[in-house]
Amino acid sequence: MIKAAFRMPGFTIGFVIAFIFVGAALVSFLWTPYPVDGVDIANKLHGPDATNWFGTDHLGRDIFSMIMVGARTSIAVAIVAVGIGVVLGVPLGLAAASKKGTLLDEFIMRGNDLIFAFPALLIAILITAVFGASAVNAIIAIGIFNIPVFARLSRGGALSLWTRDFVLAARVAGKGRVRISFEHILPNITNLLIVQGTIQFSLGILAEAALSYVGLGAQPPIPSWGRMLADSQTMVSFAPHLALFPGAAIVLTVLGLNLMGDALRDLFDPKLRRDRQ
Amino acid sequence: MSLLEISGLNLKIGAADILHNVSLAVEAGQVTAVIGESGSGKSMTAYCVNQLLPRGAAAGGQVLFDRQNMLALDEASLCQMRGRDIGMVFQEPMTALNPVQTIGAQVAETVLIHGEASKAEAKAIARDTLNRVGLPEDQFPLSRYPHELSGGQRQRVVIAMAIALRPKLLIADEPTTALDVTTQAQILELLKRLVREEGDMGLLLISHDLGVVADVADRIVIMRKGEVVEQGTTAEIFAHMKHPYTKALFEASSHAPERGDNAEEVSILEVADLVRDYALPKKSLFGKAPKFRAVDGVSFTLKKGESLGLVGESGCGKSTLTRAILGLEAVQGGSITINGEQVRAGHTVPRNLRRNMQVVFQDPYGSFNPRHKVSRLVAEPFHLLDDAPKGENRRLAIAEALMAVGMHSSDADKYIHEFSGGQRQRIAIARALIINPELIILDEAVSALDVSIRAQILDLLAELSDRLGLSYLFISHDLSVVRAITDRVMVMKSGEIVEEGLTEAIFRNPAHPYTRALLEAAPKLEEMLQ
Repeated sequence: MIKAAFRMPGFTIGFVIAFIFVGAALVSFLWTPYPVDGVDIANKLHGPDATNWFGTDHLGRDIFSMIMVGARTSIAVAIVAVGIGVVLGVPLGLAAASKKGTLLDEFIMRGNDLIFAFPALLIAILITAVFGASAVNAIIAIGIFNIPVFARLSRGGALSLWTRDFVLAARVAGKGRVRISFEHILPNITNLLIVQGTIQFSLGILAEAALSYVGLGAQPPIPSWGRMLADSQTMVSFAPHLALFPGAAIVLTVLGLNLMGDALRDLFDPKLRRDRQ
Repeated sequence: MSLLEISGLNLKIGAADILHNVSLAVEAGQVTAVIGESGSGKSMTAYCVNQLLPRGAAAGGQVLFDRQNMLALDEASLCQMRGRDIGMVFQEPMTALNPVQTIGAQVAETVLIHGEASKAEAKAIARDTLNRVGLPEDQFPLSRYPHELSGGQRQRVVIAMAIALRPKLLIADEPTTALDVTTQAQILELLKRLVREEGDMGLLLISHDLGVVADVADRIVIMRKGEVVEQGTTAEIFAHMKHPYTKALFEASSHAPERGDNAEEVSILEVADLVRDYALPKKSLFGKAPKFRAVDGVSFTLKKGESLGLVGESGCGKSTLTRAILGLEAVQGGSITINGEQVRAGHTVPRNLRRNMQVVFQDPYGSFNPRHKVSRLVAEPFHLLDDAPKGENRRLAIAEALMAVGMHSSDADKYIHEFSGGQRQRIAIARALIINPELIILDEAVSALDVSIRAQILDLLAELSDRLGLSYLFISHDLSVVRAITDRVMVMKSGEIVEEGLTEAIFRNPAHPYTRALLEAAPKLEEMLQ
């Protein structure tokens, strides 16, 4: 399966891009070219050159180092947010599907509709207004928005599986709904979840950038791509590199993850797979 | 010059050889039937005629239709011919119609696409064609939607679409396989009538069922593994059967396994006045939801070692009854007694009683979780035991169950996709056997199998029943199979058992009019042979 994935150019390109950013985030724990809080006003707003590869910002900090640490923030936020969505959303969806048409099903799915009805950013602003702006609150806000996505997806996938004979056979073997959900349903919807996971991951990175951009995400001095963009806004006319690099980082990561998601969807969909051969 | 002449047809899809040197002919005004089991290439032969081949297919040889070589035509001229000169009827009437278009629009579409008529004329043609296929205007206006029709009526609409432009050749690919016996008989009758009425229309009928075509076809072509093994007029084929495969196919079609008489006077399953209601969608917000009674006061007794048949058409409630007996669904009235222990309506079937029953389903492809290995699939019913074997004992039990159904013990480590349909059905039986139940419910267990595989599975079932003293509740719509494997039979209609008795007695002397109708509609292969 992994081999087949790497035979698809989309997956390979996406994987390389994602790998570079994850690598940069991991390396940043041990080493960055300059400390990210190393303010050096004398050296401010330098263009890219040999000493500062991506240049410096208005406080003279090294942008390359900030991008590396910023990757850490983005990836951490996205992973935890998708994690919240999967851990809470999938069991809810499975439970709803196993009790289709009952009050429980209605309760779970209408609750999901309620969350879906609010834009993610609105929830984030609400949470940060109550609990204060921080990376943790941004994670929670994005995570909550992920719950209905995964709940709906797993319910939909599970519903069609519940009508299959092998589930009936498991019921004849005396297995209960919870056990069937985890033993028979879940393994058969992992494909769906992986594909949706990569897409939600890229959306999470975008959401984090957006929240930081309006000042509701990670707080200074923790670097964040979104806030770097916000800071560069007033200086973009005479120091375009300030906006260019964090912007490119966001675009590339999201593009890479989407490419991976697309490729995985094609790979798991037997119909598309047959066409490719 | 025949209407359709296929000679030396070869077909490759990718690297796979699908057809090899196929030659056959369809005369105008006659019916040629192509018979074969799955994978014999019978459908692909038909698709070669109108060039609806999958991507990567390369055909060689000659397909002469109306003096034109279809293999040499370009796509534009093929589009011209499809629908106008060659009509096609598919197997599954449920998916062959567009659910959001009216039947009138769909029949008229064929006419309009070919630019043969104005909109008003197309509508008139559609009306006329629907009348001809037995959907009269007063009951079936053009404005009907497919979901308002039954399966047989939908298949009539599909046929109307195919013949609207009075094609010279009609290709019907398993047109009755998805239908009930009585509906099947009506559709076959309709096809026969249409060929007769049109006068010069040829029909290429593709089927896996010898019984179905025996009555309809003028010529029969028997295919196997992409080759024609025998062909001739129906009378010739039935009289001589030169090729051993033809003989084998005929024997398998009417195969009855040898069975001992094992029925004892102990009843293991008693069903009394069983009622199963389904709630229908509410008509108003506060009104009570209306009910649909799927099983209506069914009572019967199944003795130990006996094989009891349950016959009925789709929607008669036989699957609902199965689920109720298996304890998968609550019942609203009556009782089920298993081994002397009674379970009343409103109670669930306890685990210790469930242990006595297992089930084999129809679809060998949907019955297994594709992500588990055979060992885990077969061992699933161990969940019902309090002291399920572990470790080495478990492995031995799995091997024993697999060997009992003629599989190899090393198959336990494989995944289910490595097996054919017949092998999967054996594994399904192994799964049912592993906890040594006394009763196995066979829910259309051989209906999806090829005749030769079906014969093998029937033999296996007979042998297991003789050896292990198993009882079967054998549910099927296929009367010949039920006759071959059961001691007693019940006929079910609209949730009720309308007739019950010894299998042979009922088949010889059906008392209820519905039983008689079923038996008359069933294809009669044996009579054709005499």
